[in-house]
Amino acid sequence: MTQLILFNLLNGLIIGAFYALMALGLSLILNLSGVINFSHGGFLTLGGYLAFTIEPWVGFWGALLIAPVLTAALGCVIEPLLIRRLYGRDPLYSLLLTFGLAFIFEDLTRLTWGAQGLPLTVPAVLAQPLSPTLFFLTGYRLFMVAVVATAVIALFLVLRYTRLGLRIRAGTFDLETVSVLGVNIRVLRLMNFGLGIYLAGLAGVLAAGMLGLQPTLGGSLIMPSFVAIIVVGLGSLPGTLVGGLLIGTATGLTTIVFPSASEVVIYVIMGLVLMIRPRGLLGEEGRL
Amino acid sequence: MRRFLLQQLFRPHLIVIWLFLLSMPIWLTAVGGYYSLVTQVLILGLAATALNFLLGFTGVLSFGHAAYFGLGAYGCGLTIKYLAPSSTLGLLVGVVVGTVAAAIIGPLIVRLRGVYFAMVTIAFGQVFYFIVFRWNSVTGGDDGLGGFERHPIEVVGMTIDIAHNQMLFYYFSLLFFALAAGAMGILLASPMGRAQLAIRENERRARFLGLVIERHIWLAWVISCGVTSLAGALYALLNNFADPRLLYWAFSGELVIMTVLGGMRSFWGPLLGAALFVVLRDTISSHTENWMSFIGLFFVLVVLFFPRGILGMLRRKKEA
Amino acid sequence: MPTSHLWKPSRRTLLKAGLAAGALPIAAPYISKAVGDTPVRIGMVDPITGIYAALSKNEIEGAKLAVDEINAKGGIIGRPVELLVEDSANDVGTGVQKARKLIDGSQINLLIGDVNSAIALALGQVANEKGVLHIVSGGHTDAVTGKQCHWTTFRVCNTTRMETNAVGGVVANKFGKNWYFITADYAFGHTLQSGMETVLKSVGGAVAGTALCPIGTTDFSAYLIQAQAAHPDAIIVLNAGQDNVNSLKQIVQFGIDKQIHVAGAQQELEVLEALPPEARIGTWVFEWYWKQPGVAGVEAFVDTVKKRTGKVPTARTWFGYTSAHTYGLIANQEKTLEPVKLARALQGFTLPPEIALQPNKAYYRAEDHQLMTSLYVGHAKPEGGDSGEDLFEVEKVVAGDKAAPPPSETGCKLTWPA
Repeated sequence: MTQLILFNLLNGLIIGAFYALMALGLSLILNLSGVINFSHGGFLTLGGYLAFTIEPWVGFWGALLIAPVLTAALGCVIEPLLIRRLYGRDPLYSLLLTFGLAFIFEDLTRLTWGAQGLPLTVPAVLAQPLSPTLFFLTGYRLFMVAVVATAVIALFLVLRYTRLGLRIRAGTFDLETVSVLGVNIRVLRLMNFGLGIYLAGLAGVLAAGMLGLQPTLGGSLIMPSFVAIIVVGLGSLPGTLVGGLLIGTATGLTTIVFPSASEVVIYVIMGLVLMIRPRGLLGEEGRL
Repeated sequence: MRRFLLQQLFRPHLIVIWLFLLSMPIWLTAVGGYYSLVTQVLILGLAATALNFLLGFTGVLSFGHAAYFGLGAYGCGLTIKYLAPSSTLGLLVGVVVGTVAAAIIGPLIVRLRGVYFAMVTIAFGQVFYFIVFRWNSVTGGDDGLGGFERHPIEVVGMTIDIAHNQMLFYYFSLLFFALAAGAMGILLASPMGRAQLAIRENERRARFLGLVIERHIWLAWVISCGVTSLAGALYALLNNFADPRLLYWAFSGELVIMTVLGGMRSFWGPLLGAALFVVLRDTISSHTENWMSFIGLFFVLVVLFFPRGILGMLRRKKEA
Repeated sequence: MPTSHLWKPSRRTLLKAGLAAGALPIAAPYISKAVGDTPVRIGMVDPITGIYAALSKNEIEGAKLAVDEINAKGGIIGRPVELLVEDSANDVGTGVQKARKLIDGSQINLLIGDVNSAIALALGQVANEKGVLHIVSGGHTDAVTGKQCHWTTFRVCNTTRMETNAVGGVVANKFGKNWYFITADYAFGHTLQSGMETVLKSVGGAVAGTALCPIGTTDFSAYLIQAQAAHPDAIIVLNAGQDNVNSLKQIVQFGIDKQIHVAGAQQELEVLEALPPEARIGTWVFEWYWKQPGVAGVEAFVDTVKKRTGKVPTARTWFGYTSAHTYGLIANQEKTLEPVKLARALQGFTLPPEIALQPNKAYYRAEDHQLMTSLYVGHAKPEGGDSGEDLFEVEKVVAGDKAAPPPSETGCKLTWPA
């Protein structure tokens, strides 16, 4: 029994890492710009499809590197076109606009690549389990954790040590002062958005390896990402990371005792947390 | 008091709206409409108006209203299927179930604000969805709840056949729409409504004025969810079917969209928004597979250029 | 307060006009033009958007082909046939509304749909209320020709019971009698499991364990861990669509298929195409397959579909094809469109070989209106031969009426109008 719990715990952390990646991108955009990006799932799906399309030329590793960049590029086109006009408004509007955007993404994806599910081939070297006993620790899952860990570390390094990162952090705190200090807010928000979408695209490539690639892929993953952010509270990136791991683990552990509730348990947890601590576990007063 | 009520009930634009709604069966087919469509517009418009009671007039966003819609629908369907073949009883039970659920949940969540409140409503919504989905021996689970139908109503010796006469069912729904909308309208014009507006505009100041915020929000919440469950019960009667997707958060999102589309600062905005959304989706999806792109584009344009919704935009033009 | 402002149509009309103009270059659902006298209209409600989009697209292609063929042969009782397709968007309310739109507004003579079982049931109710013939092309829940059957409703695709009866014995013989179930937690999965368990018990087997997975589960590792720990002879995977893709992918990634046999019930070409080659494993049952050497008419059908769509027909294509053709055949045979007459005539109606496209007799059973169509038991193949599309190896074809439970067990009680 303890072995079972251990397995599921480990596994939950692995899946949680994936959720954390998605939630981090969302959180970045939300914290700096106050935009609730409902189309995040759409960008994720796009990342997966782009990876599938360019894979014959650049292979899986190339796709892993390039597809998120392409997705981020698209994000950088959408931001000035649509998102920019929403800054300063009630976040409800960004939610609605990106909701509409998600519709468009799903439909255009289906139009371009068809409704039929597509198989993204993962390199054989990754598609092996580590050992017969620890068979669920496949190369691919560990690889996913490695990618997420790298991305997270890179993200924190960027935020901590680069000028862009410093400005993003400062802007999250007090955007007005940052603007007064001479920083180009437009460019800052654009880069921040692009960064968040890059993470979405990356998550998309990873998802396409583990799950089937379908136009509706992003829609099924978007809500758990929001839950990950809310449970721990808005405004904190490390918190979002913890949130992702938390919901992954919760799902994994619930599968042992009450499997049919494994999808709904994250909502139960979120509900309970919010009722006891209205700002999330670590949330700050004064945000949203 | 009576003069106040009369004043409220007979405002000019109200007369036009009611004339329009009452006369619909006359010119409906001429414009290519059909009863199922307009009754659905009415019912979803009622749900959106109820949502707006909370959103536009109290400033509280709920993203979990679908749950109460669904509870109303299942309450009604289950009653007719297992308890008694009576449409009115079904409606009653549906409303009671939804209202009681909201009344119990309300105190647990009134402390929350903004996106947190929205998310906790989603949480409850998903839990209800799960229960309805899993309890398939009673609710039919993923297959949905069928095998019941709306029954003709016996009143004062007459039989009103809302079961087979779609026009009669339209008026039946319109009657309940009128009652519920009327009640909400009167409440909004009353001191309670003023309190809600105060909370929407500036919660802190309202609190300093002595308003017990949480109680007002709770009241608004219960009323809003109660009317939504009425809409849900009517929906079950309309389709003779209830299915779990009615409780899913995506449906809540559609209700929010209808509300904002039409204009959330206006009482009639949500109905207009529901009409636009349902009719557009129905028309466009009959002409192209890619209706989602068009609807999505439409939302995007409305949010960007008509943030106050269609009615808000029209009102702004009038004031200009 | 002036009232004219509220109903200014200009902006709305502008938007609508702009949208309509923009709609032209983008793909429209099929509305065939009918010239001449009043056309016979067939309405098809299917989820063109949503998770079942791929399946419904193939069904619609099949129906389109059938309608074109019917028209080429002179239509139905000399009248041209029109196919009107509507998107149910995987939502019951929308499906019902569209059905009413088609029935009341377009006066359709036949309703086809839906892939989604709940919508299929709801459509059945509407069709019955309106006295319109309804053919369920691809909704599998047993209740359609079971507890919720109607005189107006007929079904082409198999019931879950038929599938499990066909494949269960094969799996027990091939792999062993100790099974672990990975079952999707909704009606479809449950009925499949109870069907498989019945077969298992009848051959003296045992259930090693069950994992009920919610629909939309993305991570099956917890269930697979338990499955592997139970050391069964076979893992029976009972889910569909995306769940099937995800679970198979993960089974292979974990290497479980190297230790334990994998099997299940319903499988579709669309799912196998969505899987990477190494995950195309397992023993399954198909409801129709395009490679049937020796069966008359199949090759011609496959060629025609390939010319039109660029891909081979799947079972779904055949469902849509058969649904539309059934109506054409029976209406032309009876020389009437009157629903009760047609429904009575359809009871026991046998499909001609060029429509049935299978080695056994295919006919609509009188007691429950279920098409007794063959089931193709076999296993998945990683590589699809020359075309890349031959992903299934048929081992055994079971006649529908051999696999179907007797009518008394379906719970169907048909009541006819007076």
